[in-house]
Amino acid sequence: MLILTCPNCGIAADETDLAPGGEAHITRHGPEASDDEFEGYLFHKRNPKGVHFERWRHAFGCGKWFHAARDTATLEVFGTYPAQTLEPPKALQALIRKKRPDWEGFQK
Amino acid sequence: MPEAVSSMAGAEFSGAVDIREDGLQGMVTLRGDLGDAKVAGAVKAAVGLAMPKARQIKKGKNGGVAWMSPDEVLLLCDHAGADALVAKLDKALVGVHHLAVNVSDARAMFTLTGTGVREVIAKGAPADLSPAGLPIGEIRRSRIGQIAAAFWLSEAETLHLVCFRSVGAHMFRWLENAAAADTLPGVL
Amino acid sequence: MSTRLADTGRLIDRTKPLEFRFNGKRFKGFAGDTLASALLANGQVLVGRSYKYHRPRGIIAAGPEEPNALVGLGREGRFEPNQRTTTTELFDGLYATSQNHWPSLEFDVGAVNRVMSRFFPAGFYYKTFMFPRFAWKHLFEPVVRQAAGLGKPPKHRDADRYEYFYYHSDIVVIGGGIAGLQAALQAGRAGVKVLLVEQTAHWGGRAPVDGAKIAGKPAADWVAGAVAELQAMDNVTLRNRTMGAGVYDHGYLTAYERLSDHAPEIPGPRHRLWRIRARRIITATGAIERPLAFAGNDVPGVMLAGAVRDYVTNFGVSPGDRTVIVTNNDDAYRTAIALKQAGLVVPAVIDARDSADGDLPARARKLGIRVDTGKAIARVSGNKKVEGVSICMQAGEGSALEEIKCDAVAMSGGWSPVVHLWSHCGGKLDWDRDHAMFRPDPNRPPTGADGAGFVIAAGTANGHLDTASVLADAHEAGRRAATETGGKPADDTAPQAAGEAAAPMLPVWQMPQGASKKLQMKAFLDYQNDVKVSDVRLAAQEGYESVEHTKRYTTLGMASDQGKLSNINGLAILADSLNADIPAVGTTTFRPPYQPISFGAIAGDARGDLFKPVRRTPIHDWLDANGAHWEPVADWRRPYTLQKPGESVKDAVRREILNTRQNVGLLDASTLGKIIVKGPDAGRFVDMLYTNMMSNLAIGKCRYGLMCSENGFLSDDGVVARLSEDTFLCHTTSGGSDRIHAWMEEWLQTEWWDWKVYTANVTEQWAQIGIVGPNARKVIEAMGVEGMDVSREAMPFMTFQDGSIAGITARAFRISFSGELSYEIAVPASQGRAFWDAALKAGAAHGIQPYGTEALHVMRAEKGFIMIGDETDGTVIPQDLGLHWAISKKKADFLGKRAQQRSFMRDENRKQLVGLATEDPAVVLPEAAHAIEGPKRDNGMENIIGHVTSTYYSPTLNRSIAMALIKGGSRRMGEVLSFPVGDGKVIRAKVVDPVFLDKDGERQNA
Repeated sequence: MLILTCPNCGIAADETDLAPGGEAHITRHGPEASDDEFEGYLFHKRNPKGVHFERWRHAFGCGKWFHAARDTATLEVFGTYPAQTLEPPKALQALIRKKRPDWEGFQK
Repeated sequence: MPEAVSSMAGAEFSGAVDIREDGLQGMVTLRGDLGDAKVAGAVKAAVGLAMPKARQIKKGKNGGVAWMSPDEVLLLCDHAGADALVAKLDKALVGVHHLAVNVSDARAMFTLTGTGVREVIAKGAPADLSPAGLPIGEIRRSRIGQIAAAFWLSEAETLHLVCFRSVGAHMFRWLENAAAADTLPGVL
Repeated sequence: MSTRLADTGRLIDRTKPLEFRFNGKRFKGFAGDTLASALLANGQVLVGRSYKYHRPRGIIAAGPEEPNALVGLGREGRFEPNQRTTTTELFDGLYATSQNHWPSLEFDVGAVNRVMSRFFPAGFYYKTFMFPRFAWKHLFEPVVRQAAGLGKPPKHRDADRYEYFYYHSDIVVIGGGIAGLQAALQAGRAGVKVLLVEQTAHWGGRAPVDGAKIAGKPAADWVAGAVAELQAMDNVTLRNRTMGAGVYDHGYLTAYERLSDHAPEIPGPRHRLWRIRARRIITATGAIERPLAFAGNDVPGVMLAGAVRDYVTNFGVSPGDRTVIVTNNDDAYRTAIALKQAGLVVPAVIDARDSADGDLPARARKLGIRVDTGKAIARVSGNKKVEGVSICMQAGEGSALEEIKCDAVAMSGGWSPVVHLWSHCGGKLDWDRDHAMFRPDPNRPPTGADGAGFVIAAGTANGHLDTASVLADAHEAGRRAATETGGKPADDTAPQAAGEAAAPMLPVWQMPQGASKKLQMKAFLDYQNDVKVSDVRLAAQEGYESVEHTKRYTTLGMASDQGKLSNINGLAILADSLNADIPAVGTTTFRPPYQPISFGAIAGDARGDLFKPVRRTPIHDWLDANGAHWEPVADWRRPYTLQKPGESVKDAVRREILNTRQNVGLLDASTLGKIIVKGPDAGRFVDMLYTNMMSNLAIGKCRYGLMCSENGFLSDDGVVARLSEDTFLCHTTSGGSDRIHAWMEEWLQTEWWDWKVYTANVTEQWAQIGIVGPNARKVIEAMGVEGMDVSREAMPFMTFQDGSIAGITARAFRISFSGELSYEIAVPASQGRAFWDAALKAGAAHGIQPYGTEALHVMRAEKGFIMIGDETDGTVIPQDLGLHWAISKKKADFLGKRAQQRSFMRDENRKQLVGLATEDPAVVLPEAAHAIEGPKRDNGMENIIGHVTSTYYSPTLNRSIAMALIKGGSRRMGEVLSFPVGDGKVIRAKVVDPVFLDKDGERQNA
């Protein structure tokens, strides 16, 4: 039963107010994509034990999507940030690196 | 004009707190760039109130306005005036990307009064219903039991609640049950 | 024999006698008694039978750890099995029945199992009931079902009320003993919000019983002062009869409040499940005493030493006139002293240690109590009650040195901190060798959202056994929790407490040390599941090394007490058998709830008419009053049909179809999803959402569209209307409105956030009424049309107009799901009912009749229209359904396009939609019937080539019709397929065009 703070409305939302959306920062591949690219886009999702970037929707709240950086093993939340971005904010990445020195770093 | 009725036609209940369905209530959803002066101006012209801050709800003589999300406000007005309000907003916002739509009949609205209105809602909403968690004048969108709802206090013992019309009957039954006499824990 | 003492009993009120019944017998007790203390006061030592061997069992404990003394409480709608007598507060009229016996507690037939016990060793069920297979169903299961299980399930509907309560607090302290009180005081004084919960009705825990002195005062006085101070603080809430039940991620905590179990006359909910978010949780949950494993340690009258002094001190009840104490530690001497001071006889303290030199043994000796060190109990004599004990050397194999007559035994194997709540969410434990106990490892707490530990163990629960260090530890826990939640704790120290110097305890896992197999077979570890020392040793011998496997094999700790008494002893025996260290063997997982909680509390208010929300349209009440045979459609209720009095469902459907085809029907279509899509990029956006081109739709026109997932599979369909240059109205399926609206917002917010598009779900703003059939236009005209022209010429098929009908603002769409001349009219929901009434009135002259979803389904099937969820199942692409015409070839991209290019999607042998005409037109194919073809497959199964997706009897065509998805179906026109339907019967049906009626659309264009 997580609590994630929605960056869109500022509410520390109970997990039952949220809807999960899987891995964040996925690149959509459309009609021009190769079979491999398309397969990767649709099916190959990261599921690491440790630092992970996820999409969540504040479904029962403001209705907006946001991203959360979270440790999937300890459930520590490093931060949440708006969904309209191609990669996690630099400051957040720096914070995670500080807390998890062996983190491999953000990968697209 | 043929009769218009709200979801629960003004049903009432009296238990640990008093509950009534508010009857017909005009509501208009306005989506747009809330930081745009023209959008703020249109809101001001429509209901006479300045653009609310995040999660704020304000009421004035000519209606009310509630912050729903970073690009959406809910305007409160007379039920009969909602279509005119939409037209007014559309006119004021010609050339400005926006969406104004009458949602009066898509909603049911309830008012709870009495000591313990916070505790009635806390039986179903995971939100912090304490005065510190939900100050007067702040609107909270969450769930109550199994259904989506928005609620706020206009005074210490007056709580308003909006949900979808189709679950108005369920909401009323839920509130009746939650507000049964002798059932409040007495801690909020 | 147990009895009520003349005085003592700090918790009972002798001026308030109560009456209750146990197995029909009338007993007396006092206000403040538990059911257990009242039973003992009435000399009722035997209170139940054990689960497996039906051995006579008595009360062992005085708290929630009690494994034996479970009863059925109450009657009918208030009957509940497996209630602990030790945590059941007595009230006038309480009605209890004992469990696990037949025909009576005293004479139990099932006790034959006891004689046979050596034939029921660990893993008995696994070993015995395997073969032959048929015997399980016909022999083993019926017998096992009859004999097994604790208690009897209730048969009546629960008469009580239950509810949830969500609560947020900076700190929650669990446990109202002196540690919990001290922690709460420290945190409360620091100004943060504190909730203190205590599972019993009393504050102070064991300290007042154990005679502790705090700040120079008797513990009870200090407790009263602490409670008074806490009650005066605005930021502190105290709640007794409330148990911390479970600790979950991110400080989520459930607490179980029992409001009226002790006094059924109190109105309101019986149980309240608090669902709490806490920033810090302090577990001041104390410790549980361990039994000692000697032969006959389950005979009624053998009790935990701490429980014995609870009964004497708290309830003025003596468990026996002559009580032998057996121990491996100093604490049990408190019991000897308490009994002696109450004027009872303590024949001996049997201490397994070689010496007993602490303060407490010295005091006992001074009172004239005999202390035997290095000794053990070899066995207890007696069956339904203790008659005596045989004393032996602890170091030996159990040869009796002496028999001592007694009627009670008080045992203590040391104390185990209650680490459950610490452990629920991942807190780790350390093995404390000196005290032979697991205690919370402060370096490995459960961590929260901020990465820091959010549970702090305090006092005895943290492994501190003497009053002074308990208070100091709790003081520090309160200070730390307050600091971490923004409070400003005072820089002071814990109150001082005097205590006795205790000598070290001696871990004793089996008594005597070298107990023979025969003795081991009577030495119980898990009383509730009847697991003995010999069972765990056998499991180890048979190769079970993991404690989790041993637990399941022997059922140790798997009963409703979850091994509160047995786990540590059991794993110590396992470790010993495996020649391993106790910490190397480890503990089993602690799972919530700490104690069983009622199903009512878990269900809360979700029962009866509040079980699940039902969505209602504005026409719901009319339909309900007019014969609606309801069916669930997503969260809505829609009428399957509207029955006239005396009419069957089948006849009603047939009537509705024929009337709609011949005259005119009225349909409540309000559940259809309606989403506004507006903005400069709206056209571009709907082109991405739908497989067909939408951006070129003319204003005032409608177009049917399909939506697919990125996997290419059909997900929804509906009619799109273009309201203005930058505004589209997208209709969705009844179940799809929220999902499709969320889908649109997902793409707009997370992928195309630079596109200028806003959406709004206006599904419920509008009531949508279908007026359908040859007379539809006449009805609408009769209702009075203003501001629009509904004539054939002015409003052709697939167009819409705004205006008013019957004086109500209306938007009329000329769209058809039945193939008839049809108008769907959207009016404000508040006037939906008025519109419906007006249509019925105006339509009466034209033969109007409302119809339900089944008529709707049959009519669409007659036309070969697909239904999302019938013809689609999440693996179907539009091409499979022959909907190529609705897939744009011009558009560079749309959601699902890339997926539909995959080779598997282009395989011409995919299952494709066909119509089916049964050879016998009167025979209707069953839903989902499978088509088979050719020889059986290698595995002996039929070769299935597809299945029926929709199947009906068409009253219009006077024959059965069906649709099916069949491999390579588009190339099979005219083939006859076989559908086996069971019992050797096969239905044969010809593959035909799925459009059965009016292929040219003359009716809908009329």
